[in-house]
Amino acid sequence: METVIEKWPAAINTVTIGAREDGGGTRSSTVTIGGETTLPFLAFEGAPPHRPALALDILDYSPDDWPETLREPFREALGDPAEWAGLCQEKYRPDLICLRLQSLHPDWGDTDPERAAETVRAVLAATSLPLIICGCDHPEKDNLAFPLCAAAAAGENCLIGFATEENYKTLTAACLADNHAIWAQSPIDINIAKQVNILISEMGFDPKRIVIDPNTGALGYGIEYTYSIMERIRLAALDGDKMLAMPLLGDVGADAWRAKEAKAAEKDFPEWGEENLRGPLWEAATAALLLQAGADLLIFRHPEALRKIRDHLDNLLDIA
Amino acid sequence: MALTGLDIYKLLPKTNCGDCGSPTCLAFAMKLASKQAELQSCPHASEEATAALGAASQPPIRLVTIGAGDNRVEIGNETVLFRHQETFYHQTALAVRVREDDPEREARLEKIAGLRFTRVGEEIAVDLAALEEESGDPEKFAAFALRAGELSGLPAVLISSSLPCLGAALEKIGKSRPLICPRSPEKIEDFAALAREHSCPLAVDGGSVEKTAELSLRAREAGAEDLVLLAGSGSLKEKLADLTVIRRQALRKQFRPLGYPTIAFTNPDADPEAQALEAAVLIAKYAGVVVTDLIRPEYILPLLTVRQNIYTDPQKPIQVEPKLYPVGTPDRNSPLLVTTNFSLTYFTVEGEIEASRIGAYLLVVDTEGTSVLTAWAADKFNAASISRALNDSGAADLLDHRNLILPGYVAVLSGKVEEESGWTVEVGPREASGIPKFLKTAYRGGTGKDQS
Ligand code: B12
Ligand code: SF4
Repeated sequence: METVIEKWPAAINTVTIGAREDGGGTRSSTVTIGGETTLPFLAFEGAPPHRPALALDILDYSPDDWPETLREPFREALGDPAEWAGLCQEKYRPDLICLRLQSLHPDWGDTDPERAAETVRAVLAATSLPLIICGCDHPEKDNLAFPLCAAAAAGENCLIGFATEENYKTLTAACLADNHAIWAQSPIDINIAKQVNILISEMGFDPKRIVIDPNTGALGYGIEYTYSIMERIRLAALDGDKMLAMPLLGDVGADAWRAKEAKAAEKDFPEWGEENLRGPLWEAATAALLLQAGADLLIFRHPEALRKIRDHLDNLLDIA
Repeated sequence: MALTGLDIYKLLPKTNCGDCGSPTCLAFAMKLASKQAELQSCPHASEEATAALGAASQPPIRLVTIGAGDNRVEIGNETVLFRHQETFYHQTALAVRVREDDPEREARLEKIAGLRFTRVGEEIAVDLAALEEESGDPEKFAAFALRAGELSGLPAVLISSSLPCLGAALEKIGKSRPLICPRSPEKIEDFAALAREHSCPLAVDGGSVEKTAELSLRAREAGAEDLVLLAGSGSLKEKLADLTVIRRQALRKQFRPLGYPTIAFTNPDADPEAQALEAAVLIAKYAGVVVTDLIRPEYILPLLTVRQNIYTDPQKPIQVEPKLYPVGTPDRNSPLLVTTNFSLTYFTVEGEIEASRIGAYLLVVDTEGTSVLTAWAADKFNAASISRALNDSGAADLLDHRNLILPGYVAVLSGKVEEESGWTVEVGPREASGIPKFLKTAYRGGTGKDQS
């Protein structure tokens, strides 16, 4: 019997996030993702050169609507993003921190773009991990904040998002000016994913500095779409499509915790069991599927979910 | 191996008589090769040709049935490596292991029977009880197998490398077609004979893909037809490799010895969370049966959901019929809520209305099976489609009021819907989980009859 080994003509780009002193930044570590030459975790065809990276979310306001399970691990730091970031680094050891500037949004506080930039500075001071910065998904407010935040993090080589088909110019210009990587999002559509990358590249931005977020649908709430779109993007990339050859991002936590099965209390659904076990596992299971579809960077909410996936990766990569 | 047009041509009479509807034997052969015709259309084909072509037209991965009666499961007969290429057809059977020497084994079997849930209008449940023989005592194991069936109500996987134990168990429960699962490559012919005798499916475990292929050939020759291939016994990395190699050999090379569904075990020494994540990967990556030691709903519910999602046909979202649905026992003053006909959306909203214990009507608009925001973005959930659905539903005849509740995510539609339909719009919460509170406190239309 002769094993079918698949040889692909192309490889996935590698993207590095974060900069140490020698790279002009102040981070104590950097994270490099991508570089695959085969489908996920098929070591018999070529080991992935970089482990998928795991980030932990922090918010710029106190998320009172989060379920208890999710608030508990951060209790003393909620509402103070700098402290929250420090706590994460020390206690839960993610590879990166993802700062969400959600309070910019008119529905979530409508805070000043200047304040967002200050938050970025404070978080950079409080943690030495590479930083992902995420806007509030309100185009006008994001466009006011992106240039200020990019400048506040100049030299740190952050990943900033997200750029969409309708709103990419301001972010792209800001990332060009201050040398950050771009988080490009598209609504579970391979053609739009490609289109956003083309649009960003046409502004003179290096396509090898883009990460694709094909939009995460959580387990039970759309992952069947995300999973296949990721697979299709990865197959097209390995087949040579340079405008899809970017590493893939899974925004796991933000989406998984919208699922009822993740957050419902045991008293309301006794047949589903304990919420403290169920919620983090719902998030981790979402992540495990995205890894099989090709995800290179996963953003988590619950530290237990992150820990489980770190162990799971050891198992997948056969590291005892 | 798949036969090419030329291979087939060599087997035909080569008379070009045209009786098959094709002008020449070659043309007919080409049609056969691309599966656009069937051999029966040629009345002159020899027996030899029929036999050869029959073998080639078998599905590349055999369909195997475990169990008999209503709770039997079918695995295999898959046609693609990636679900977007078509779909995955026969979902992974989930098996929970029960060890013979476990003092809690009866309670465990009862629990397994209770691991069923309803999601999106579908019943999702554990399918098999995997019974691990430990006593070495045929009589004991047979009694255990019989009792397990009574308690769990599920077909079994019989895990044992002892021929006498398996034989004794099959005497008792063979009729229910358990999967025989010897965990050793020894004496494959004997196990195959047992499988043939009881017409049960048989798992083969060679320890490596190559060895498993050899064993499957031998088992086949010894008369066992329904085989299941064991994938990897080491790390998850190995299992993933084995499952991938087996699926590829079967589909890409039509390699018969590997043309069967697979079975994989999660690592019994790993903690439950790790086993659950491992199982999620095995489900996504081609396992026909996954055996785990998990028993708590916290671990099983996500796995059953993984399976439901991965095995959903990517071309057709699960939909419900667009019409007016009563929820609870609504009256003429009950609230009217509007949503889309994507099953996930419908059942989520319906569940929350039910939880509120307030009778209501739910108007389901035809959005071709898409969610609220997706349908809105695609202009399928708009003032026109909502008004049309409202008119067609006959809601006006059932209700004394003219108020309707829109999903919070499409608050922007309010004005236009009011204009077009003439009904008064109230904007509900964004997430369905807010519906009970909304109906009880915030909702101003109607009077909302409380049934609690
Ligand atoms: C899976 C998905 C898809 C799937 C389709 C799934 C389906 N069958 O609908 C696919 C990949 C096909 C898809 C396609 C598109 N999508 Co889409 N998709 C999603 C995704 C990831 C999940 C949707 C989902 O299943 N949600 C779960 C269901 C249950 O949610 P729901 O229907 O909204 O119901 C909830 C509430 O609305 C509420 N509710 C429902 N009914 C009611 C009723 C009342 C009275 C009340 C009070 C509450 C209520 O309860 C439910 C639970 O809380 C979302 C992003 C996300 N994470 O939400 C994007 C999203 C909805 N899609 C989006 C877009 C733009 C599209 C496309 C137009 C993109 C494109 N050009 O390809 C297409 C359109 C497809 C078409 N032409 O038909 C956007 C919409 C943007 C916007 N806000 O306008 C989203 C938000 C992604 C994004 N951030 O950009 N999509
Ligand atoms: S009917 Fe048979 S013999 Fe006649 S042309 Fe067709 S294939 Fe050839």
